[in-house]
Amino acid sequence: MHYLDANATQALRPAARDAVLAALDVIGNPSSVHQAGRAARRIMEDAREAIARRFGARPADLVFTSGGTEADALAIHAMRANRRLIISAIEHDAVRSSAAGAAVLPIGADGAADSDALDTLLGDGVASLVCLMLANNETGVIQPVQQAAAICRRHGAILHVDAVQAAGRMPVDLAALGAHSLAISSHKLGGPAGAGALLLAPDAPFGAALIAGGGQERGRRGGTPPVALFAGFAAAAVGGADDDVGRIAAWRDAAERAAVAAGAVVCGDPARRLPNTTCLGLPGVRADAQVIAFDLENIAVSAGAACSSGKVATSHVLRAMGLGPLAGQAIRVSLPWNVTRANIDAFVEAYPRVAARLRSPLATRAA
Amino acid sequence: MRVVVAMSGGVDSSVVAGLLHEAGHEVIGVTLQLYDHGAASGRKGACCAGQDIHDARRVADTLGIAHYVIDAEERFARAVIADFADSYAGGETPVPCIRCNQTVKFGDLSDLARGLGAERLATGHYVRRIDGPAGAELHRAADALRDQSWFLFATTRAQLELCLFPLGAMQDKRAVRDVAQRLGLAVAEKPDSQDICFVPSGDYTGIVGRFRPDALEPGEIVTADGRVVGGHDGIGRYTVGQGKRLGDAAVVAGQRQYVVATDPGRRRVVIGPRDAGTRAIPLRDVNWLTEAGDSFRCTVKLRAHDQLRPALVRTAREETTVELDEPALPAPGQACVFYLGDRVLGGGIIARTAPAGTGRT
Repeated sequence: MHYLDANATQALRPAARDAVLAALDVIGNPSSVHQAGRAARRIMEDAREAIARRFGARPADLVFTSGGTEADALAIHAMRANRRLIISAIEHDAVRSSAAGAAVLPIGADGAADSDALDTLLGDGVASLVCLMLANNETGVIQPVQQAAAICRRHGAILHVDAVQAAGRMPVDLAALGAHSLAISSHKLGGPAGAGALLLAPDAPFGAALIAGGGQERGRRGGTPPVALFAGFAAAAVGGADDDVGRIAAWRDAAERAAVAAGAVVCGDPARRLPNTTCLGLPGVRADAQVIAFDLENIAVSAGAACSSGKVATSHVLRAMGLGPLAGQAIRVSLPWNVTRANIDAFVEAYPRVAARLRSPLATRAA
Repeated sequence: MRVVVAMSGGVDSSVVAGLLHEAGHEVIGVTLQLYDHGAASGRKGACCAGQDIHDARRVADTLGIAHYVIDAEERFARAVIADFADSYAGGETPVPCIRCNQTVKFGDLSDLARGLGAERLATGHYVRRIDGPAGAELHRAADALRDQSWFLFATTRAQLELCLFPLGAMQDKRAVRDVAQRLGLAVAEKPDSQDICFVPSGDYTGIVGRFRPDALEPGEIVTADGRVVGGHDGIGRYTVGQGKRLGDAAVVAGQRQYVVATDPGRRRVVIGPRDAGTRAIPLRDVNWLTEAGDSFRCTVKLRAHDQLRPALVRTAREETTVELDEPALPAPGQACVFYLGDRVLGGGIIARTAPAGTGRT
């Protein structure tokens, strides 16, 4: 199989697998007093330090969670207080479903959030919590987070950044971004699923935890932690620094060129994008039919936001970009850390063939 | 060969997938999500996908075949549900399953099957496809009790060429369930689906009222000669041939009354005695599964569970009319399907005529 759906999840990195397997045999609970507890705690704190350092936060400000979704939900829960919530129109459901009653920050046709609009929105002086992702999961378009952070701080607003897709694929540094919090997921980095983190800036106004439990994570996230998953998470985060991003970008471009030559439109093209992601619209052909056709060619790609039923819904991201019907006709191709030349060759070879066949019933009916 | 199987999550289409897989074909299961199950069941927080989609996926997993869920909600709402309500508001009695087959199931799925390079589209319908000298023919199922040919008359000839109906030859439902058992499918004893899929409660007027409140506004019940004999609470609740919900008008001059027509323009329900039937039936949206002759004798079926009635079908200048040997009470909106023996020759939707006694006073 040619796996080109890294933004959904990707292969476990060997270093992460080794770290998980080694830590699985450590029996202690990090909260315990005895030496077994200390052994577990050491693994956990080593992981915390490694991840915090990699993404520009202090270890004490890293809250381990079950994943990116929980990290986003926790950020909103803990920092919303009486603040007005503003989220960008292209946030992931992890944010959207925790953001009832939020105001929406509009998105430009290139897929990037409008900083001026944010400035205007915050101009009324109402205390606000803003959510803006660092890179979009569907288009890969990198958002103007540094600018947004400066605007938020000027207006006294709080900024939470979902960096789930950006982490490992571009430099991510909470301190340099100037945001108040950052959500990271382990499996998107090539670590095990089931682990994630919320990184907080020293001045983040963290209120109450979602799950208080036994007061773990300095009272910010209760529950006995899956130490082995966090060990794998850290190994993936550190190992990912060595990925050959330039090579991945060149292959992504090759895939993109082949699709465009066959009639595809690249959604979010002129904007700065993640090196591994492309969103290819094929006018007139339903996205779900494209995903199925590629699956039958043993090529794994995805479209929009798949419901747990497997149903592909029209993309709210592409709709927010004003793409009209194309919002339901685009697939996402995202290259994993272990992508091979053969994977790209297979896609380049298949795309024109698949596109022509999917278009033929339309042509037949129009004739 | 590569075959797309329309899998509903029921035992019938599951067995179709199983049999084709067993025969060595490359089977691609596809389940259409037709409506938001959570919203239809009225349970807050229920998943948009119902148990049927879950069952279809589990069957595909058991068989080891590919399976995909296609979002057809918008299309189904427009082409089937809205049309269903409009039809009632227009004084007709629609058959949503025919509309669905015509638009979503055989229309869109045929396109998908071709787009995926499949040679056939298979469904769990109880009908037989027989290859005749002039191409694929549609025939009644071996099991007369289960026969669904009436619902498939609107399948085009091009669609029929693509279709496979492996259950058409099955002896009865027990035989189908036995195959499911043998294949180890968890749905082997799942109960048959009932009624209209998007009206799980069975109360179709709720849906009609949501789309077309005018269909549930009160009006008069009149006799064929225009005498007002009672009142009703919406023509959307009446169908031609119905004897219930007539209140005081149920018996007129000692004779049991039935709905013989509706007049949506004046929101009237017209009643008459049982023998006040008609012999001439005008049709619209006629589909032919053979070369149409000018006129020919055959038997016709006016409802899903009706007897076969001898008739003469006349086609002249794009207009098709059926002349029954004996009068009947055909309901506009239902299908009139032409049979020669077991073969379906074609059919059409029963059109409204100027209601007797209301249009010509």
